[in-house]
Amino acid sequence: MDGFTPVSALVGGAMIGTSAALFLLLNGRIAGISGILGGLLAPPSPETGWRAAFVAGLVLAPLAYAGLGRSLPPVTVGASFPLLILAGLLVGFGARLGGGCTSGHGVCGIGRGSPRSLAATGTFMAVAVLTVLVARHLVGA
Amino acid sequence: MAKTTSAFAVGLLFGLGLLVSGMADPAKVLAFLDVTGRWDPSLAFVMAGAVAVSAAGYRLALRRGRPVLALRLDVPARRDLDGRLIAGAAVFGIGWGLAGLCPGPALTLLTVAPTQAVTFVVAMVAGMLMFRLLPSAAPERAVQGAEA
Repeated sequence: MDGFTPVSALVGGAMIGTSAALFLLLNGRIAGISGILGGLLAPPSPETGWRAAFVAGLVLAPLAYAGLGRSLPPVTVGASFPLLILAGLLVGFGARLGGGCTSGHGVCGIGRGSPRSLAATGTFMAVAVLTVLVARHLVGA
Repeated sequence: MAKTTSAFAVGLLFGLGLLVSGMADPAKVLAFLDVTGRWDPSLAFVMAGAVAVSAAGYRLALRRGRPVLALRLDVPARRDLDGRLIAGAAVFGIGWGLAGLCPGPALTLLTVAPTQAVTFVVAMVAGMLMFRLLPSAAPERAVQGAEA
């Protein structure tokens, strides 16, 4: 068990949950990132503005974090560029096909007790664990 | 305008939560998924914290009825499982397990690890566009806004 950080994980998780709760209470919407981003790929509509603003907030978060006088936590992207492209294609396509990702199904959907989100989250967690098992321990990628 | 401002603030808080929790670090995500290796269970705590607060918020939102800035709550009504849901989640899981990146963290890393995050996000958007090209995507498109 390397680098186990339960406190910051719980605090950060609560911040993510607060964000999802606020979005529901204020805008009446699910904070599902793949759905919000996917909606931006459709022709402009009255929804385009808030979708773009949400994405802008996500993108600018590291600058706000640094602006609070804290140094950014370490980030390691280990995947090679071909692997990043393959993974990105699968994540984008799969999230749209399955109607959600870690945020929409995992955080919001389970919070709502949605059977669809529970099934989706159980599936992508299990498949991701298997993928890491194969990639790291069987293929050695 | 108020809707847009609150969406920005909520997106910002979401991104800060990803950074604080460690969820924005692909190495940490992969260490969580690597249950037979040197397992780091931290992300279970991220999920627990996030789901607990989001569940409380959902109940509060249901009780209030009308959201502050919108006419109604726009949440998915479907409860049945279908092949598309499971297949999509499985494809998503393979991609997530390959790089340790999912949509939120990928967007938040655009300014932190630009070359890798841009590569992933461009591919992810391409994957989303490929989904839109599917003829079978059409019936679901009408209710897209209501998906999780």
